[in-house]
Amino acid sequence: MSVTSLRTERPRGRVSSGLFKAFLLFSMGVGILTLGALLVTVVAKGYKYLDLVLLLEPPSADPQIAGARPAILATIYLGLLLIAFTVPIGVGTALYLEEYADRDRWYNRMLEVNIQNLAAVPSIVYGILGLAFLVRGLGLGRVLLAGAMILTLLVLPTVIIAAREAIRAVPDSIRQGAYALGATQWQVVWRQVLPAATPGIATGSILALSRGLGETAPLLLVGALTYVAFDPTILGDFTALPVQIYQWVGRPQEDFRILAASGIIVLLLILLTLNAFAIWLRNRYQRKW
Amino acid sequence: MSDTIRGVLPAQQRELPDPSLREVVFDVDDLGVSYNGKPALKDVNLEIYRNFVTAFIGPSGCGKSTFIRCFNHMNALIPGAKIHGTIHYHGADLYGHEVDPVEVRKRIGMVFQKPNPFPKSIYDNAAFGPRVLGMTDDLDGRVERALEQAALWDEVKDRLKASALSLSGGQQQRLCIARCLAVEPEVILMDEPASALDPIATTRIEDLMHELKNDYTIVVVTHNMQQAARVADMTAFFSVERGEEGQRTGILVEYDATPKIFTQPSDQRTEDYVTGRFG
Repeated sequence: MSVTSLRTERPRGRVSSGLFKAFLLFSMGVGILTLGALLVTVVAKGYKYLDLVLLLEPPSADPQIAGARPAILATIYLGLLLIAFTVPIGVGTALYLEEYADRDRWYNRMLEVNIQNLAAVPSIVYGILGLAFLVRGLGLGRVLLAGAMILTLLVLPTVIIAAREAIRAVPDSIRQGAYALGATQWQVVWRQVLPAATPGIATGSILALSRGLGETAPLLLVGALTYVAFDPTILGDFTALPVQIYQWVGRPQEDFRILAASGIIVLLLILLTLNAFAIWLRNRYQRKW
Repeated sequence: MSDTIRGVLPAQQRELPDPSLREVVFDVDDLGVSYNGKPALKDVNLEIYRNFVTAFIGPSGCGKSTFIRCFNHMNALIPGAKIHGTIHYHGADLYGHEVDPVEVRKRIGMVFQKPNPFPKSIYDNAAFGPRVLGMTDDLDGRVERALEQAALWDEVKDRLKASALSLSGGQQQRLCIARCLAVEPEVILMDEPASALDPIATTRIEDLMHELKNDYTIVVVTHNMQQAARVADMTAFFSVERGEEGQRTGILVEYDATPKIFTQPSDQRTEDYVTGRFG
């Protein structure tokens, strides 16, 4: 074969591949530029009130001394409760579906389809459920616990799906090796599958947590108050950082809009820290089989 | 048979195992396996003897791997797999109603085709079996003995806490053998244990099989006829039978002392296979 025959004789292929590359760059650009523009405007506007007053003081009618302390605390409480509720239920469900469930049974297939669908339900619908079932039906009232429970329902499908992926990524040869040594199914799951899947489960749970903490709509429906001047308790009135921001944005005074931008920066920092932790966890425990 | 000359001697010069010394470990009667109603293996009858190395050879799809997995209930983990016929283990029905697969696998260990160490330390790999079975008295000694028997101790004794995944492929496979020995089984099933390894690692595994047969009964599936000729006392040749609708079913063609299989097989199909005319 001569060297010349190795040259491409299809210029059209080159053009379309170039066009495709340009399209890909454009798509990436849209995402990055939008995010960049958002960050820049928010920071430019909000740096003014980004200080200890914002972190440590309760809200006030005077923007100079108004802070988001109750909202930040409530967001932290919500996050902790969310992890405590979602991880056991989510991992349990994922383990059942991956390791125990018989796929040929109609109820298991229905369960799977249901979970996939629930992941796509708008969050406001969860809010309505929370209001009707938790606040009124169970009579919990408009408390932080109800907010945490509704966020749990909201992110549970995401956690289940992430945990299932992680469990499925554990090679079958590991299970077989453990069974061949006389391990019971319980021992195989607890001593091999779960430890091997833990990094993936942790990553998925943290990403789901950061989604839950950014939610506003369902919390408004289950009764997060827009003005809370005292530290929250689990069975008491509460607000949350996104709700606080929402409230400030709605105020007519320009100063409160700046305060809202500052609040957004705090929320973003919390979420970015969580996401960075998830990425670190993934890289730290990445496995080669 | 002396270890030093093993492997260089052609099969026909080796001694035949003495029939009077045979003690039956497994007695297989009309065994068949089907997956979702499709037969994969049928009508297998043979006996496996204590402290022998028994090899299963044959072309791809002949059911030899399916067969070896019947001895420790591993087929039970595959949905749709069904076993017909009987296997008696020291006279007890291996598939009887009251048989606990966990109890079976405790006595009948298995080494797989691809080394599958757990993503844990070398020590934890060897200790996994004893731990799940509650044999934790003198765990360190047990781990050390198993690694020594698997000819791995000298290579890993200074880094027992290191990840098993940091070992080479051949070392990983010997670790898997050690893991299996740590629970002191009676039988070791090996499903193409050297097929993913280089020739030097393969030789070490084969040497190991010679050592281990003094204490254990070994059943090995192999693709490699030379390997069967080198390590096995008895050899079973499996082949594929095509049914009327083109379905492929594994059958046992011939089972005999290894030298006989390789030099004077009584079945034409065996002769075609071992002389390389088929498969």
